[in-house]
Amino acid sequence: MSFVYYLINGISLGSIYAIIALGYTMVYGIAKMLNFAHGDIIMVGAYAVLNMTIYAGANPWVAILVSIAVCTLLGVIIEKIAYKPLRNAASSLAVLITAIGMSYLLQNLALLIFGADAKAFVNIIDVPSLVLFDGDLIISGTIIVTIVSCVLIMAGLTIFIKKTRQGQAMQAVSEDRGAAQLMGINVNGTISLTFAIGSGLAAIAGFLLCSAYPTITPYTGAMPGIKAFVAAVFGGIGSVPGAMLGGILLGIIEILSRAYITSQLSDAIVFAVLIIVLLVRPTGILGKNIREKV
Amino acid sequence: MLEIKNLSISFGGIKAVDNLNMKIEKGALYGLIGPNGAGKTTAFNMITGIYKPDEGSIVLDGKNITGKHTAEINRAGIARTFQNIRLFNNMTVLDNVKTGLHNAYTYGTLSGIFKTPAYRKAEKSMNEDALKLLQVFKMEDRAELKAGSLSYGDQRKLEIARAMATGPKLLLLDEPAAGMNPNETNELMDTIAFVRKEFDMTILLIEHDMKLVNGICEKLTVLNFGQVLMQGETKEVLKNPEVIKAYLGEDDV
Amino acid sequence: MKINKTAKNNLITYLMVTGAFLLVEILSLTGNLTYHFGGLLVPICVYVIAAVSLNLVVGISGELSLGHAGFMCIGAYAGAFFSKLTDGALPDIWRFILALIVGALVAGIFGMLISIPVLRLKGDYLAIVTLAFGEIIKNVLNVIYIGKDSRGFHFSLKGTMALGLEEDGMVIVNGPQGISRIPGGSSLVAGFILILITLFIVLNIINSRTGRAIMAIRDNRIAAESVGINVSKYKMLAFSISAALAGVAGSLYAHNIAIFSATKFDYNMSILILVFVVLGGIGNIRGSVIAAVILYALPEMLRGLSDYRMLIYAVLLIAIMLFNQAPAAINFRTKIKAKLSMKKNERGSE
Repeated sequence: MSFVYYLINGISLGSIYAIIALGYTMVYGIAKMLNFAHGDIIMVGAYAVLNMTIYAGANPWVAILVSIAVCTLLGVIIEKIAYKPLRNAASSLAVLITAIGMSYLLQNLALLIFGADAKAFVNIIDVPSLVLFDGDLIISGTIIVTIVSCVLIMAGLTIFIKKTRQGQAMQAVSEDRGAAQLMGINVNGTISLTFAIGSGLAAIAGFLLCSAYPTITPYTGAMPGIKAFVAAVFGGIGSVPGAMLGGILLGIIEILSRAYITSQLSDAIVFAVLIIVLLVRPTGILGKNIREKV
Repeated sequence: MLEIKNLSISFGGIKAVDNLNMKIEKGALYGLIGPNGAGKTTAFNMITGIYKPDEGSIVLDGKNITGKHTAEINRAGIARTFQNIRLFNNMTVLDNVKTGLHNAYTYGTLSGIFKTPAYRKAEKSMNEDALKLLQVFKMEDRAELKAGSLSYGDQRKLEIARAMATGPKLLLLDEPAAGMNPNETNELMDTIAFVRKEFDMTILLIEHDMKLVNGICEKLTVLNFGQVLMQGETKEVLKNPEVIKAYLGEDDV
Repeated sequence: MKINKTAKNNLITYLMVTGAFLLVEILSLTGNLTYHFGGLLVPICVYVIAAVSLNLVVGISGELSLGHAGFMCIGAYAGAFFSKLTDGALPDIWRFILALIVGALVAGIFGMLISIPVLRLKGDYLAIVTLAFGEIIKNVLNVIYIGKDSRGFHFSLKGTMALGLEEDGMVIVNGPQGISRIPGGSSLVAGFILILITLFIVLNIINSRTGRAIMAIRDNRIAAESVGINVSKYKMLAFSISAALAGVAGSLYAHNIAIFSATKFDYNMSILILVFVVLGGIGNIRGSVIAAVILYALPEMLRGLSDYRMLIYAVLLIAIMLFNQAPAAINFRTKIKAKLSMKKNERGSE
């Protein structure tokens, strides 16, 4: 039974990675850039929820909505100020380095505002635990909410991309930005929308992450961000189902190696898996192979 | 010199080049023409090892080079230029040509670090050879400029100079006159003729500029939808109604 | 003409480093050097070597590496390990020199290993693999225990007790506590000489056949292949040399402090070195030296500034990227330049 318990925990952690990875992958698909600061938006989202509930005494739902609004706005502003001017830069390293700079900026601003010490995150999820097999298996309310949120987000996002005009515009821009522009699609608006959705999801991920692991520091988002990035690459960057698959596999691998091998090496194992996957399939599990035009 | 037999490749089920046969004699100036998307550049890419052909063989001077790596094929004696110019933009014009001399003068990394006599001797010869080549293309005064800052016509010429630096037996030119004005094209025709004579070079070129093709190519292969439409002497080929139709479209004839 | 120009440029770099070294030595001899600043000198040398070697990969080879600290970590461990084993058995100076070489060799071998995935990947994927590699190194070294006694080496992942050492045994690598009581050796003179050697290697490579091949691959891989360059060989070479030099920096670092652990060499250190390279100018070796010295020393000296150090770096990183690389900024600058030169001409004609 303990294996099932670990597996469910892995799926739960993986669901959080998947939600973060969705943001990475959508932005990569459309803006063709790795938004290194994405992980730090998670941290901003978590601080927003914490401050709203504890210091402003807001209702949990209001806190989450405010946090989503803050992160969405932040994501769009970052894109406009730091990434958009570099969209047609000669070197693709330029925007990647700027994103790394943005990540550091967010971390250090948080350090100045909230301080370096870890703050306790109060779990505001009020869902009863699920008790199965006469108490042999207890699934906490937080885990249930996390997994259900992930499934809902995935389903909602898929429907959005397939069925709505904006979603189809996103697909068009990611296929061929120039052609999409010629077809009358508002490319800048579509890219902004993508950043908005990705950052909004990061806020939800931040809230879920800190509910499951209830401490928060300015660096809280960095490692999960990098791992979600690994998950996105793992699944095949640019692919929405790939991000989902990669995230959940990564969560399971991490929890199982923590449980059965050693907790100190779980990160190393996660990264080793990434390297092996990339050696076997350089574009990830569900990624497309692109031939360079000569 | 070059013998291509039954060469084919498909991308996603579509035959980009279908059963291409070509024979190029030593010293020839051979043209590969056809409408856009006919598979000309794809044929070049297979000859130079950028794509691996699905079927067929490519033999250079009796040596089978089918499916070998691009670098190996260059060392075997085929150099090329590219339709969308591919220079080393952040390096100087001189260094671009010296990079072409990479396998002509070999010394190790350690020799380079410690500036051994072998390094000094090789670098001196490389500089001389590179400047000589730039003189052929009348570019010696621009040797110190960054390749990326050259005019379009000069960039095309530098690409040929760099290819020549590798000391090829066969030179492949992919649309050398693309984007040039009539004056530049005339100058280019003279340069190609000069290179051919001076270095006793065999040349295969892709070109859309019919004036250039008519002016310098002795033999032609016409590709259309990946297949050979016609092969033979330039004058005969260009008179052929099928070829004219492929180029201009049926309605216009 | 050109040879003279690059030779002159390189000479300026060497002279600049030598001048700075002499200045610091004079300050030190005349007693004008604060204790605090004296303590910064070897770390500055470490970061200069690290930045120059990273520039070989980022600027010359054109690949973004986010795991440079990993190679430093390997060099530090290998060098310190060697020094602890041979302490007393070899004259101190030879022990230190050999420890530097051991650090370089082991890190270089790992550089060769990482270049295997590097050869198959590009751009963003490559960046994430180097990051992953650095994290793996750090995590693995953090759980390793190695000891030695009269029966030989003992190895464990559990703890010092699990090593089962005899009375006379010595713990060399102590898990998360890293390596302690490392014999010394590092000094400003050593750091200065190593910077010169690093510059000598990197600058001479750039101006050789090898450097041209590496830069040709950076500018256009397919064209480089088409002129007969073995792309795999030269990418591997660039990575290995860069890693080996980072290993030297790591070993120098380890011999400057008595104790260190793997967690010191984390992702943040890799990014810090990347900041030096970017702010000094990608591909500009002298720039890396200057940026590493100023950006490392300045916040340490201005005490009040150290809280804001990373914040300032972050803002600078973004601002410099936008200023140097954004097409709009480039257009703006050329316009301004054109206007200024026009005004000059007008004035000239008046």
